[in-house]
Amino acid sequence: MTTLAAPPRDNTVAGVMRRVPWRASVVYIGFVLVFAFFSITQTEYFLTSTNLTNIVVQAAPITVMAIGAVLVLGIGAIDLSIGSTVALAALSTAVVLETTGSWWIAAVAGLVVGAAVGATNGFFITVMRLPSFLVTLASMGLIAGLARQLTDLQSVPVLDSTFVWLFGGGSLLGVPILIWWTVAAALVGWHVLRQRRFGAHVLAVGNNPRAAQVSGILVNRVKMAVFIVSGMTAALAGILYDGRLGGARYTLGEADLMTVLAAVIVGGTALTGGKASIVGAVAGSLLMSMINNGLILSGLNVSQQMIVRGAIILIAVSLSLRGKKSQ
Amino acid sequence: MTATPTITSPLRLAGISKQFGAVTAIQQFDLEIEPGEIVALVGDNGAGKSTLVKIISGLYQPTNGEIWISGERAELSDPSDARARGVEVVYQDLALVDLQPVYMNLFLGRELTRGPLRTLDRARMARETQELVDELDIRIPSARAQLSDLSGGQRQGIAIARATHWASGLVLMDEPTAALGVAETARVEETILKLKERGAAVLIVSHNMEQVFRVADRVTVLRRGTQVGTRVVSETSHNELVAMITGLAS
Ligand SMILES: Nc1ncnc2c1ncn2[C@@H]1O[C@H](COP(=O)(O)OP(=O)(O)OP(=O)(O)O)[C@@H](O)[C@H]1O
Ligand SMILES: [Mg+2]
Repeated sequence: MTTLAAPPRDNTVAGVMRRVPWRASVVYIGFVLVFAFFSITQTEYFLTSTNLTNIVVQAAPITVMAIGAVLVLGIGAIDLSIGSTVALAALSTAVVLETTGSWWIAAVAGLVVGAAVGATNGFFITVMRLPSFLVTLASMGLIAGLARQLTDLQSVPVLDSTFVWLFGGGSLLGVPILIWWTVAAALVGWHVLRQRRFGAHVLAVGNNPRAAQVSGILVNRVKMAVFIVSGMTAALAGILYDGRLGGARYTLGEADLMTVLAAVIVGGTALTGGKASIVGAVAGSLLMSMINNGLILSGLNVSQQMIVRGAIILIAVSLSLRGKKSQ
Repeated sequence: MTATPTITSPLRLAGISKQFGAVTAIQQFDLEIEPGEIVALVGDNGAGKSTLVKIISGLYQPTNGEIWISGERAELSDPSDARARGVEVVYQDLALVDLQPVYMNLFLGRELTRGPLRTLDRARMARETQELVDELDIRIPSARAQLSDLSGGQRQGIAIARATHWASGLVLMDEPTAALGVAETARVEETILKLKERGAAVLIVSHNMEQVFRVADRVTVLRRGTQVGTRVVSETSHNELVAMITGLAS
């Protein structure tokens, strides 16, 4: 038998405390603490089922984007262009819906825009071998410009009732459709990352690209696929905004990049690649939504909300990244 | 080494040369390895040993010369070509994925799946890994342990186990014990000898003369890209090899 005996377990309180993977648990502990805090300070409204449902519904676009971001960070890259892709895809979808009147052609058009953005990012990152940070920083600005150009800064209404039901206001079996979208995105993301060979390859590429390459993994193909997925999840988020808000505007998704990255990092996905968690990212996204909701209920004005939210994200992210070196 | 190719020999190199721009890394290298034979490749730093290993593993393409694998002329345009021909490599800088469990490393790029959805079959990969490490007597806590929790020797053991598992005839090793202590080196050498028992041909790069004498059947010497000679280990001496490596008579 070659198995070594495990060292005896230290079952004192200190020993048990030491075994808890704190860094991976930050998001869940934070979730409980923030929930408890708002429950106590906001008794009247925060705990109503309407409000709790609202927290999950509001989180839908962020959660969908977070799935793509988990994969991107998983390969050790970053996609800064997702926020502006939301706006471009949302506007494209709304414009196509207005001209064709077909909800599904509009949705497909939005997704194609997202895929094209992802493929363009992927091209510069794989073929031109540029760092994803620089490529997506540039495309972020470029796409924001395109979104403004597309309708000349005008908003586009989304009136099609099927579209609005399916991507915004509908509900199925008493559960809001946006929660179904969230659950579906999370399940697909989890399946891809944990159960498919592709997910294993994503993590291998992020952890040790050379090992992945000499093991026969087509590193560039994996990177390209991940950026296309990231563009498409951003586009889907844009479509969900279209449905929920009943229209598209170039400002959509403006603040989402920070929220998505915060959700994903707090959820235990490493910025350095190779370590990623879908479940953590979903929890992170719900946490961000809850913080947002609680701050609004607290009666803070928009600038105060931004300050407090930024501070909370900073604390949460430093807690989840602290001690990384020593691990 | 100009004889007609032996059909059974796992590896035959004929007149291999490699230029990097103006730099000649390898010049006119010939070698033939039999099944169950361990050949050591020695030489000073920068002699071209790693370059040669990378050529046989498909990472670099030779400027000139022929590679024959299992009696067939092989044009290796990337590592997957070499892998498809049953050539496995243990790299100098371990090509392992630290944040994944041992079994995922063993099956990296060749993961097992099951069911119509082709989901990863983690249970079977873990079981087969455990069987293999047991068979090779590599001592690790568990096939499900994360790789970063293992010692250098255990990791090198896993790298060798992976090569063993997938190689059909030829295993290349580039300084497999360079980073290891005495006891761990001994364990890895035992694993290498197990490979030989299984009939694999092994080409091992080493800076350690004692190791060459312990494990190898033959030894070939590179000096600044030129092959200065090949000896049967039992018919040569430490001093002769050092003289060949350095080019100084001793
Ligand atoms: N990709 C490359 N481009 C240019 N020159 C290279 C490249 N790879 C190796 N060389 C050169 O080829 C020569 C042989 O290098 P190689 O790495 O094969 O030596 P080595 O025998 O493995 O040395 P060591 O014992 O230090 O590992 C060196 O002069 C090196 O600088
Ligand atoms: Mg070398």
